[in-house]
Amino acid sequence: MFNVNRQMLTRGALAAAVAVPTILCAGVALAQAEGQPVPGGLGLPNMVTPVGLATQQLYNMVLMPIISFIALFVLGLLIYVCYRFNEQANPVPSKLTHNTPLEIIWTLIPVLILLFISVPSLRLLAQQVEVPEASVTIKVTGNQWYWSYKYPEDQGGGFGFDQMLKPESELQPGDLRLLTVDNEALVPVNEVIAVHLTSNDVIHAFGVPSFGVRMDAIPGRLNQTWFKVEKEGVYYGQCFFICGKDHAYMPIVIRAVSREKYNEWLAQAKQKFARADSRVRVAADSR
Amino acid sequence: MASSTMAGAHDHPRGLRRFLFSTNHKDIGTLYIILGSIGGVIGFLLSLAMRLELAYPGVQIFPGLAEFLNGADPAMALDAGKNLYNVFITVHGVLMIFFMAMPILIGGFGNWFVPIMIGAPDMAFPRLNNISFWLLVASLVLAVISMFVDGAPGMKGFGGGWTFYPPLSSNTGTPGPAMDFVILALHLAGASSILGAINFITTIFNMRAPGMTLHKMPLFVWSILVTAFLLLLVLPVLAGCVTMLLTDRNFGTMFYDPAGGGDPLLFQHLLWFFGHPEVYIVILPGFGIISQIVSTFSKKPVFGYLGMAYAMVCIGVLGSIVWAHHMYTVGMSLNAQRYFTLATMVIAVPTGIKIFSWIATMWGGSLSFRAPMVWAIGFIFVFTMGGITGVVLANASADKQFHEGYYVVAHFHYTLSLGAVFALYAGFYYWFPKMSGYMYSETLAKANFWLLFIGVNVVFFPQHFLGLGGMPRRYIDYPDAYALWNLVSSFGMIFVTLSLVVWFYVIIDAFLKKRLAGANPWGVGATTLEWTLSSPPPFHQFEVLPRISGSGR
Repeated sequence: MFNVNRQMLTRGALAAAVAVPTILCAGVALAQAEGQPVPGGLGLPNMVTPVGLATQQLYNMVLMPIISFIALFVLGLLIYVCYRFNEQANPVPSKLTHNTPLEIIWTLIPVLILLFISVPSLRLLAQQVEVPEASVTIKVTGNQWYWSYKYPEDQGGGFGFDQMLKPESELQPGDLRLLTVDNEALVPVNEVIAVHLTSNDVIHAFGVPSFGVRMDAIPGRLNQTWFKVEKEGVYYGQCFFICGKDHAYMPIVIRAVSREKYNEWLAQAKQKFARADSRVRVAADSR
Repeated sequence: MASSTMAGAHDHPRGLRRFLFSTNHKDIGTLYIILGSIGGVIGFLLSLAMRLELAYPGVQIFPGLAEFLNGADPAMALDAGKNLYNVFITVHGVLMIFFMAMPILIGGFGNWFVPIMIGAPDMAFPRLNNISFWLLVASLVLAVISMFVDGAPGMKGFGGGWTFYPPLSSNTGTPGPAMDFVILALHLAGASSILGAINFITTIFNMRAPGMTLHKMPLFVWSILVTAFLLLLVLPVLAGCVTMLLTDRNFGTMFYDPAGGGDPLLFQHLLWFFGHPEVYIVILPGFGIISQIVSTFSKKPVFGYLGMAYAMVCIGVLGSIVWAHHMYTVGMSLNAQRYFTLATMVIAVPTGIKIFSWIATMWGGSLSFRAPMVWAIGFIFVFTMGGITGVVLANASADKQFHEGYYVVAHFHYTLSLGAVFALYAGFYYWFPKMSGYMYSETLAKANFWLLFIGVNVVFFPQHFLGLGGMPRRYIDYPDAYALWNLVSSFGMIFVTLSLVVWFYVIIDAFLKKRLAGANPWGVGATTLEWTLSSPPPFHQFEVLPRISGSGR
């Protein structure tokens, strides 16, 4: 009876360990719209940058299967113990309080699991933090409660603009409540974009889920992050650090377009956003 | 057992004198539990308002609440409502940590049972014990007042989250005095906890009964000892951290202001040097309680006692050197992020040892599923759930997808709202017969468990999906795509609310029906010293010290 139960439990736990991640990954696969949250979504958004794809892989292929298995393993053990060792089934308790080999095993196996996780995790970390040679640099500044973008002059820009939430009363069909903005920020696809982040007042955080990018904008500091969008489209993000009453009302919209369209937009935007205070350069190319 | 020859100075004070001036560890423990229950109920009501607001996209509840609570001008009610939501999340966090979990687990159960479990008549410094408690009352009052005084320009209260990061908490974000009230509340709560910690350490080191060696102490006492050391180590850092904020706000210093050469990140490092050990301060006493309960109802000694004790010490030490994993997105160097990733993941090892040792304690035991045991088994499962998502978040790389999002909210509520609270309820049902002398109703206690277990899982499990989908936390309103899981999450609050009502009824029922518990309602498994005393214990116990011969576990 003991053996049968253990086998059944192991099999059940394995089946569940396979099934749960599959179901959750299916949620990702079903997602149609890219760059925006999926109604009732169960998993990570569709990723469109190398870092985002690596994050998705780390979570869906390494972290989630492992943690699902551990949760189900502990649940299985608890159910088995409650079933096998309740007062009726086992009226006389054993006196077992030590088992050195067992204690060594349940110390070593978690260590091995963690080592296994740390390899892809640290590799991705380096990829996130080390910014490759960028062809476009954008300076993004957080404000209460909107984002300001500046495109440097020596990369065809030389203008800046504010990105504000479009009020609910002005939404057109196809616009997204709380996500659509007045001025989208354009970037070229398949090029490395470096983002320099700071803030004018309190701490904000610049986050675009489908890029795998999340970085704080802190007054007095200049943070740097990067992304390379591999697919044209509109990508939505939001402020990820509490910054006062309108924290929920300062979305981010990045539109990735071809190089040609990007250059056209630069020319138009230079006219549209021409302002005395917006002439910026990539800090005298400190490289 | 109370001997009449010892009357006089140690007679029973009554009424106000008994509780207001109390130097008795059991009375002070009871006061702490009552204070914690009040803090918890207020904190719960705040979260109820938050979940009601988040049930549907759009802003519905808070503008009206702001008009009602703060007398906001109807024309400004929407803005006042958005601000009030942030105030609610802040005060909810502060109350649940400092005025619910810590008072009940450390002040309440610690005061009640540490002296009894080590065979001591009282705490080492009874008057210090009294002032620790009353400082906390003053602190709670200040924290609640902060909600009703000026904060952000034109707004009431401080709404920057319980981590109080400047510049939102400095004059830039919150010029009004609300933040000063919060800082003073933290000062008093910190002083209260430091005094309490000194008292516990002294008591445990010096007042153990003959034969009660450190390695024979019950694991609950071990957990309080480790907790007290953590408190003593990190609360002064919090005090310094918020004092510098206070001088920045009022006396023109620039510790956290980049305009004057300061750095907002200094605050974050100091706060999390306190803040991360703080989460272990909340959960370690819970570990202790669960160890006692699992052993009692399995009718077996704890499996791997030494491993369990030193796993807690290890968690305490490791927990103090991983603080910056709360700051993966501030722009730390690659090597710093690598270190904090690896160090944080290592905590999973001693935590795993504890989970497996509890299961091994049950293995081969003769389990009786009384209410405390049901709560304890529930704890092991939900804490495992919270722990494994912690392993995900420990990775700086993965955290960049989840930071300040709902995945994090789900994670820490699984460890605290489910973990610490389940341990707290387990301890409450385990010791209620001892503290009051009356048995609770087993059926009601289990109804309380199932309602809360279903409730919190329905509330918090869908928040993993919200976090994966990219929903940021501390949002009063969210894009429509997140509507489904927010609605499910809010739906769970119905069960949570019912469970709280049932809990009140359990207490009323027990005191009305007066089913006498007897000295030891749990049978042969309950081997610690509190079960050798009457229920409730005499006003002064162990006037003749007990001698511990065998295993005191």
